[in-house]
Amino acid sequence: MTDLSHIRNFAIIAHIDHGKSTLADRLIQECGGVEQRELKEQMLDTMDIERERGITIKAQTVRLNYTASDGETYQLNLMDTPGHVDFTYEVSRSLAACEGSLLIVDSSQGVEAQTLANAYLAIDSDHEIISVLNKIDLPAAEPDRVRQEIEDVVGLDAADAIAVSAKTGEGVTEVLDALVERLPAPQGDRVAPLKAMLVDSWYDSYLGVIVLVRVRDGVLKKGMKIRMMGTGATHQVDVVGVFTPKRQDVPELGPGEVGFITASIKTVADAQVGDTLTDERNLAEEALPGFKPSIPVVFCGLFPIDAADYEDLRESLAKLRLNDGSFHYEPETSAALGFGFRCGFLGLLHLEIVQERLSREFDLDLITTAPSVIYRIHQTDSKTVELHNPADMPDVVKIDSIEEPWILATILVPDEHLGAILKLCEDRRGIQQELTYAGGRAMLVYKLPLNEVVFDFYDRLKSVSRGYASFDYQVLGYEEGELVKLSILVNAEPVDALSMIVHRSQAEHRGRAICTRLKDLIPRQLFKIPLQAAIGGKIIARETISAMRKDVTAKCYGGDISRKRKLLEKQKEGKKRMRQFGAVEIPQTAFIEALRIGDD
Amino acid sequence: MIQGGFGLYVHWPFCLSKCPYCDFNSHVADELDQARWRRNLLAELDHYGSKTKGRMLDSVFFGGGTPSLMPPGTVAALLNALGDYWQVSDAVEITLEANPTSVEAQKFADFRAAGVNRVSVGVQSLSDDALRFLGRGHSAREARQAISVAEKSFDRFSFDLIYALPEQSMGDWVGQLDDALAMAGDHLSLYQLTIEKGTPFYSEHRDGRFALPRDDVAADMYEKTAEMTSKSGLPAYEVSNHAQKGSECRHNLIYWQGGDYVGIGPGAHGRLTLDGETVRTEQIPGPANWLSAVSKNGHATRFSAVVLKPEQCEELIMTGLRLTGGIEAARFEAQTGVPLADGVNRNQVTALQQANLITWDETRLAATPAGILRLNALISAILS
Repeated sequence: MTDLSHIRNFAIIAHIDHGKSTLADRLIQECGGVEQRELKEQMLDTMDIERERGITIKAQTVRLNYTASDGETYQLNLMDTPGHVDFTYEVSRSLAACEGSLLIVDSSQGVEAQTLANAYLAIDSDHEIISVLNKIDLPAAEPDRVRQEIEDVVGLDAADAIAVSAKTGEGVTEVLDALVERLPAPQGDRVAPLKAMLVDSWYDSYLGVIVLVRVRDGVLKKGMKIRMMGTGATHQVDVVGVFTPKRQDVPELGPGEVGFITASIKTVADAQVGDTLTDERNLAEEALPGFKPSIPVVFCGLFPIDAADYEDLRESLAKLRLNDGSFHYEPETSAALGFGFRCGFLGLLHLEIVQERLSREFDLDLITTAPSVIYRIHQTDSKTVELHNPADMPDVVKIDSIEEPWILATILVPDEHLGAILKLCEDRRGIQQELTYAGGRAMLVYKLPLNEVVFDFYDRLKSVSRGYASFDYQVLGYEEGELVKLSILVNAEPVDALSMIVHRSQAEHRGRAICTRLKDLIPRQLFKIPLQAAIGGKIIARETISAMRKDVTAKCYGGDISRKRKLLEKQKEGKKRMRQFGAVEIPQTAFIEALRIGDD
Repeated sequence: MIQGGFGLYVHWPFCLSKCPYCDFNSHVADELDQARWRRNLLAELDHYGSKTKGRMLDSVFFGGGTPSLMPPGTVAALLNALGDYWQVSDAVEITLEANPTSVEAQKFADFRAAGVNRVSVGVQSLSDDALRFLGRGHSAREARQAISVAEKSFDRFSFDLIYALPEQSMGDWVGQLDDALAMAGDHLSLYQLTIEKGTPFYSEHRDGRFALPRDDVAADMYEKTAEMTSKSGLPAYEVSNHAQKGSECRHNLIYWQGGDYVGIGPGAHGRLTLDGETVRTEQIPGPANWLSAVSKNGHATRFSAVVLKPEQCEELIMTGLRLTGGIEAARFEAQTGVPLADGVNRNQVTALQQANLITWDETRLAATPAGILRLNALISAILS
């Protein structure tokens, strides 16, 4: 056990691509955590997707032993935080497990929206923040400008910011020394009842669920019976250990220390981030503050393109859920897309990651319906229901009012793209809260309805700013809105998979866009097919697919009926992938394509 | 009693050269053992003739390949043997497909003498450019001469044209069809060019070397064709076939109305009623393999299977709707034992009637001209 005075716990926070993982690798290497030959790039991002996309999904910790300039050896616990707005709560828990942070800013890029969001989270957690100006080896680096920006935009004193090149190693020892000198030591009571915060958890196929903890008070030992104070579950601790970053078992974790346990926990849903672990035989009086169960914010339907993959999809979702407690799913049936699942996510990135893992790790071809948020529907019978799926919208006459979630978005953008971003925010019903300038860049704060943001906002933001705008948000709460269900009718029958809830002002534009798109995607049939967009019984846009002109085999030769049979069999096979709408059959692929193409 | 007639199909699998659009069982050969070919065709005739002894024969059709390349003696030998197995109808129709080269036209008299009473000439186009594109070995002039020889040699003759060619204009087609109608006998086959897998045209078309007219243009051409042939007294009686009333190709009607036909020669297909069951037959397609199989076994049947009732119903609907006269409910029920109304998707039939794509009055189910133009989709709907 290490004395509290010789422990420093710190998080690394940064915008995507500002070099967080590279710096972490350098710190590990400097402290001898891995041999040079073992070093593979970005040690901490263990999933392929994390490494490829340069984002961290799960929190990771590393215990480093550093001999400082005072000759003493310190235990430095590095916490690599999830790096995206979808995981704000997870980030806040990681930060709550530390006393200080390294705020990394790319000295060629400057402060970005996520830098800001994470810095504010760190300030909220009472962190001592050490600013790091990274990538000073780059020709475009402007450490002085960026130092000024940290002061102007973030509002931190950056006078003693450390200039670093994680790539060349310059400034890395200064960072380690600063951690020892400037960060406060953790506090805690070794003899008090155990209180440890659950920082993160993940599923390991050999060990089961691995739980990452930070001990506040008491001692966490192997064999101990622990209780999760939030969920009430109890477990026997099998293994106590730390990552160096290699897994290393230790006899115990004392106050201030960070490490992991395994306790025969079946799924990560049973080990919720933010929960407090205590000793079943010597219970703590109250849990650590700040625990909240993770709640999905964005929903969509996931359907296998090949109906035969349904069972595989179900198994894969169950496996994913083992390792991702914030991901939710339940069966859903769609007339247009067949059998699938309604899934809930923390945000759009989370959705994308799950989708990508399903296709990559489980080899499934999937179609995703348009993302939707949770609406609160106040019914005339004074009941309030939460709506996760536009297809479940009650009849209009039963609705008194509808509320939708709003967010507060922070966008940083170079001046020359400001106009385009303002227009985008206005088009999406945004309400401007703030507009400030700092060194050639504008910082915009907008209130926006979340349903406008889940609908390709991020892609549009990137495209109108040529990739220069950065974006972060926090959820504000619910507000009443003039929302309607937009139905798409093919041959006078509604297509559930294409219905969506939109603001009345957007309905006509969206409806028209979908009808036009479907017109291009649905092949001509024996009958003409009307395509309509409707709000309730009112048609607001329409298109017509004219009937096919010609489809006949000219020649049927020499009594060879087998060819005609083959054509018929082929048609019958094709029909299995058709969806019936009245007298017309629409290939499922048309709906899949309609959902695939982004709106513009 | 068997409805739909009874015919014999003889496949001659050789051509002087392969046409780039053709996916039929045709081969180019240098030298043939003609005596052996004659012997083996007679052997297969004996094989199937013995199984169907005593039936009334309505038609014989020599197809290919290019049957006008056959020695007239072989044709004569086959025709002379018919009476050994079957009763030959007084009105028997004996058709031979012919290429319009001058060499082959010279043989028309010999074929006539052998017993052939109808020729179908593969003219394909009256434009030299189009004939070159189609890879044909004859010129437009030769084609016109062959037609005139055919007219003199036979009571009945037909010829084929292919249209809706790449970049073909409506004006060009109307001009050719006018010419053709002026020369026509009692029958014309007018096919829109179809790209078949496994042909040189298939890959050229796929690679964008040429494009077919858009469906709207092809549909306009089809409708114009129907209008012009009707006016000239040769209305369509099938998707691509036109004839004076009563001059419809008897042999083709056997195919489309569910009749029986013996198929002999490489790759020939047959459909026979044997012991009360419908049997489909297919001969080995490769000429050399066919020859040795027949020499060894007396026939080269590679496939022979009973057609199940539901399949038979589907086939009758598929082929019967190709005819403008459609399907007679009474005949359908006599052939299959199933009422026609039970063999179709009635909801679709109602919807198709409302859209004016079919007519259905309990005695007859027929596609309208608009329906025939969309027949593949229509059949798929009716049989769903």
